[in-house]
Amino acid sequence: MNFRDTMLDEYKEILKTYINDQTEQALYMSQKFSRKSIEFKISPEEMISLHKTSIMELEPELPESLLLSLDILLEVMMSYGLAYREHQSLRTIQRELINEIEVAASMQQTLLGTQIPNIPSMDIGAISVPAKQMSGDYYHFVSHENGAISVAIADIIGKGIPAALCMSMIKYSMDSMPEDSQAPGDVLERLNRVVEQNVDPTMFITMFSGLYNPETHMFSYSSAGHEPGFFYHAETGEFEELQAKGLLLGVDKKAKYNEYDRKVEVGDVILLMSDGVTECRTEDGFLEVDTLIGYIEKYIHLGSQEIANKVYKELEYLQDFQLRDDFTLIILKRTI
Amino acid sequence: MNITIDVQEQAQQTTINLAGEIDAYTAPKLRETAFPYTEKQGADIVIDLSGVTYMDSTGLGVFVGLFKSLNANNGTLKLTGLSDRLKRLFDITGLADIMNINSGSEGGV
Repeated sequence: MNFRDTMLDEYKEILKTYINDQTEQALYMSQKFSRKSIEFKISPEEMISLHKTSIMELEPELPESLLLSLDILLEVMMSYGLAYREHQSLRTIQRELINEIEVAASMQQTLLGTQIPNIPSMDIGAISVPAKQMSGDYYHFVSHENGAISVAIADIIGKGIPAALCMSMIKYSMDSMPEDSQAPGDVLERLNRVVEQNVDPTMFITMFSGLYNPETHMFSYSSAGHEPGFFYHAETGEFEELQAKGLLLGVDKKAKYNEYDRKVEVGDVILLMSDGVTECRTEDGFLEVDTLIGYIEKYIHLGSQEIANKVYKELEYLQDFQLRDDFTLIILKRTI
Repeated sequence: MNITIDVQEQAQQTTINLAGEIDAYTAPKLRETAFPYTEKQGADIVIDLSGVTYMDSTGLGVFVGLFKSLNANNGTLKLTGLSDRLKRLFDITGLADIMNINSGSEGGV
């Protein structure tokens, strides 16, 4: 039997119990009844009409004025009923939107997927975890015909769906760069022009661009306002910040990007990251650079992917498993 | 996670005092409040960040937007009272080179 068929009897029963001896039990029953009514989409005005019918049967001696007053109450509740139905339909729409965003997020993963290059001298690991569904962080590898590899890590400022769309543009611009302009400075200058012209004026991108040549073992890099990475010198066991000056992409179309070089020796490690790593917030404030270095040091002997995973786990723990910003960490370790 | 925005309009200059956190949640409010002032011809805007305890890249995006809008309308933007952490953010992003920035501790660079 449907709730609608039995509701009048149920309600009358509750009412009768309460009128007779005002027990807690009756109040509890009415709360249950109310939840059930919502489940079966009973509107507020229907409830009042139900109440009126019940009370008329239970207490036929009630003054007419009281019953009449219920008519007014019913009219007044009409708008509430409408608002409630509107709320219900909005919830349906909201559920649909959430589904759409889930589809978009998984599409983003597919569209922006990048293959970690497999080259003999370099062990590469990467981890990227979005704080919300759609990530504003992005990394990309390109393997060149001459064996060199390009790596880029970017943070699209302005999160969510617009950022995700913007990322696809960046990816395709990078993929369609001519083979002869692999130099990180050139890459950034080209992308800067693309971003400056095409992107919403309130959206900006920070990007670190690097190029590793496996023949000379030189790593050259440029930065467009991106969080500096670290260079680990295996021989001395020291970490050096990969300082590079350069303006955010999309602010000034004439911006120039200087290039810097590092010779990568066996065992040296290059660490690139997004500001979700360095701006990680802990209980007592912010993550200090030394703390971060400490974690990296602790795992530096491991393989690149494992370092990335372990450092992420540590920082996730520090933040109580609540990422406030997208987190991306790329590790390049020279093996031979 | 809150921000207070206090705008003081004088004849020649508009001063905006900010306090709290500027992140993805509060940035839209800041943008909406501050943006109209940048659209007046030749506006002179000073934003005091002494009370800002945290800012992420979304917040930074707002400042770039304000800066660009002011440039387009022959206005000027000055940021004051930046903590070391905020100063670092503007340094890394290269914005310190193109914007007029006074950090709090040094009282003027």
